[in-house]
Parts: sequence; structure tokens; C-alpha cells
Amino acid sequence: MLELLMRALIGGIGVAAVAGPLGAFVVWRRMAYFGDTLAHSALLGVALGFLLDINLNFAIVVLCVGLALVLVALQKKHIIATDTLLGILAHSALSLGLVAVSFLDNVRIDLMAYLFGDLLAISQTDLYWIYGGGLLVMSLLVTFWRPLLALTVNEELAKVEGYPVEAIRLLLMLLVAVVIAVAMKIVGVLLITSLMIIPAATSRKLSQTPVQMASMAGVLGCLSVCGGLWASYHWDTPTGPSVVVCAALLFLIAYTLPIRKTA
Amino acid sequence: MSTRLAELQDIGIRFGERQLLSNINMTLHQGEIVTLIGPNGSGKSTLIRTLLGLQEPTTGKVVRHDHLRIGYMPQKLHIDPTLPLTVKHFLGLVRGVNKKDIRPTLNKVGIPHLENSQVHVLSGGETQRLLLARALLNRPNLLVLDEPVQGVDVSGQVELYNLIDVIRKELNCGVLMISHDLHLVMAQTDTVVCINQHVCCSGSPQHVKGHPAYQALFGIPGADSSLAIYAHNHNHVHDDSGEVVEEGHVHTASCQHHTH
Repeated sequence: MLELLMRALIGGIGVAAVAGPLGAFVVWRRMAYFGDTLAHSALLGVALGFLLDINLNFAIVVLCVGLALVLVALQKKHIIATDTLLGILAHSALSLGLVAVSFLDNVRIDLMAYLFGDLLAISQTDLYWIYGGGLLVMSLLVTFWRPLLALTVNEELAKVEGYPVEAIRLLLMLLVAVVIAVAMKIVGVLLITSLMIIPAATSRKLSQTPVQMASMAGVLGCLSVCGGLWASYHWDTPTGPSVVVCAALLFLIAYTLPIRKTA
Repeated sequence: MSTRLAELQDIGIRFGERQLLSNINMTLHQGEIVTLIGPNGSGKSTLIRTLLGLQEPTTGKVVRHDHLRIGYMPQKLHIDPTLPLTVKHFLGLVRGVNKKDIRPTLNKVGIPHLENSQVHVLSGGETQRLLLARALLNRPNLLVLDEPVQGVDVSGQVELYNLIDVIRKELNCGVLMISHDLHLVMAQTDTVVCINQHVCCSGSPQHVKGHPAYQALFGIPGADSSLAIYAHNHNHVHDDSGEVVEEGHVHTASCQHHTH
């Protein structure tokens, strides 16, 4: 039991530490809906993984990254408004995933675990995926911090100053895709975006610089994971939703307590 | 004439059915201030964006000479309120910036005291100065300014134009800017280009002011024409050369006072 909890804790912290800082970008660039779309499609990745009998984590990463690329391409064409496009893709992908899963009679899938996450079901292999993916995302985030931030603040200025704007935008979307694919195990496809945006939103109240906000988001995410696990252990509540509730509580506390903000 | 920086050759831009710009030719030189004027929707900003490479021309081409380095000051700065950002950090985002240059540049544009302020709390005039600082940190030989005095009151506008002139002389850079008010920029402008989908007229400010195409768009100076939509109340007077003369005090870039 203790080993199970430890693994859950280590995995959860690994995910939250990366989801937080990246979540800051999701908040700044208003990409929450984009994240949701990728997350919902991850279930399709699970179904495909089973159907083609390939590693599930791998299938999810490939599907999320692929969808991110499709979205970037479609957005450029301006066929319909971006939020409509995202809405169509998000729910079609989720439904398609659910339909595909129903065809898998010979495999028993714990659908609830994929929709809402099951931190306690984390395996040793999952941990490798989490820390491998996490380290990759973190190092890219640190290396390209300034271009990413310049793009977020003002794309046109960044372009005139010679930043490769298109490439950086794509990088950010791919980073989000990887984090979502990896984080899915923890909080499930329906709750992933919350692990990205809630700690980041909480952190906004407590920070003066982008670096502060991003790192604080990581810390708050880790706290939420600890709190959620603790609640889950004591009251036998579902882990994924417990983590999200914990993050939401931190958000409420930060925004209701009179924390002095030095301008 | 001095070194050429960039040239627009036969630029035409079409959005769907709408021809926004046609046959635009323009050359920008080191040390020269060119002001674009024209009514709303005349394609001024689009033309500037084409020069910057933010907009692809439908026809024609933009020639940017090898040594060209552009400092761009956009019309306005919108930074999402969820992004905490100080003035110092904003300027630190310039590609390849030397952090040591930030403080002197803030001094140059007259806002050294705002180094650690959040960008969201700056006034209109302060924001314009911040944007100018960012443009300068790119070490430009061409400054491209899209309505540099937007959201600034009239005396602040005069200060800003004077500041731009001082910087031009100091860096010996070229300047291309959009302005709504020819009177205010006359003294500092070498060439005025009046645009309304095409180049209506261009030349020295005095020449353009007397040109029938300009008068058709902006009204005859001094006449109370119904077309004079751009006229506003001046709280100052101009002398013959277009210099602003205010009672008791002439604003210059070295003035340290601010109007809010």
C-alpha cells in the first residue's frame, strides 16, 4: 500500500511540476480550450493503442501531437472561428474515442480511470514516461523561455525582432500536447486542463514576474497533488477529482485572503 | 542622397475583393523622417506591416537592404492581464538584447523611474515611451512608428515628436511613421506621403499641405471646411516653420515634467 502511494505521489508531483509552468502559458495565451481539445482526443489514443496493440502512452503522445499539428494547419486556413473549430474537434474526438472503446469487447477498459484519472494505478513504466516526458518538456521550456515569452507578449514585435515566430508557436503547442498525453493518467482526459490552468491562475495572484508565476504554478500543482492524495487516502475519494478540488481550494484561498500585492 | 535602407516597389495588396493598396513605391533612407498620412482605412498600417514582413504583398516586392535593422513601435500594446510583467522584463525580451542597455534606454525615453513598474499600470504616454524604448533596444537604423502618439494628450504629443527627432539625429536612423496630424509633425518631417489606397501626393510638408489631393482629403488649412474632420483644438500656436510655441514655455524632449 505504501509503495502504491509513494508511486502515486512521485508520479503526480512529476506531472504537476511540468503542467504548472506550461499552464502559465496556457493561461497567458488563452489556450485552455486548445488544451481541452487535445485532452479529449487522448481517449481516442487509448482506443487506438488497444486496437493496434501498441504502447498506450506512445499512442496517446502520437495522437495529441498529431492533432496539435492538424489544429495549427486548420487555424491558418481560417475556415471557421477557432473556438468553433476546437469545439467540433474536442467533442468529436471524445465521442469517437468512446465509440472506439465500445468495440473493444475482448479488452476490459476502466473507462472511469481514463476519464477522471487513477493516480493509484500508476505503474513503474508510467513513471518513466512521466519523468522522461517531463524532463524533455522542462528543458525545452527553459531553453526557449525568452522566445516563448516574447511570442506570448507580442507576436508582431517578436517577429520584427527576428524570432522564428511560427516555429516557436508550434513548439508551444507540441509541449502542451506532450504534457497532456503524460498527465492523462493522473487526472484523466476530462480534468487535465484544470491541472494546468488552476495552479497557474492561483499563482498569478502571488507573483510579479513571469518566472515567478510559472515556477509558483508548479509548486502549487505539487501541493494539490499531495493534498488530493491525502484526501483520497483518508476518505477514499477518487484521486483525480480530489487533486482538482484541492487545486481549486488553493485558488479560492489565494483570491479571497487579503494578500498584499506590491505593484 | 544618403544610404538606402528599404524600398517598396509597386506594392499592391488585395483582401478578397477589396483592393486595399495599389502601385505604392517608396524608398527609405538613413537619417530621413518620412510621415505617412491618410484617412482611416486608407491602408497606412497595412503598408507599414508589409514593410515589416508582417503582411505579404499581393503584388510588388519589398527590398530590405542587408544592413537594415528595424525598430518597430506598434500602435498599441495589449498584454494579457494574467501575465505579470515589469517594464524591465518587457524590455529584456528583445532578441539578443544586452541587459546593460535597458537602463540607459529608459533614461533616453524619459521613464527611468518606471523600470520596476508593471506594464499594465502605465499611462498612455508612458506606454508609448516604453514601446519606443523597445524599438530602440533592437539597435535600429530604421524606426517604424505606427501612430506613435496615440492616446497621448497634445502637449505630450509634441514632447514625443521632439523626442523622436532627437533620437533620429543621435542615431542617424531613418524614420517611417504614421500620423493623423500633419501640423504637429511638420517641423520634424522631411517627406510627407499622403495615402488613400494609392499615393495621393508626396513631398515636403509645405508642398503636400498645398496639394489639391491633400486638401480634398483633409480640408484646406485655415478654411472651416466640412471635410476638416481631423481638426482639433490646439492649445498652442505654431510659428512659421511649424515649430510649436507655447506661452512662456517651449516643450522639448529634455522636459522632465509629465502630463497625465
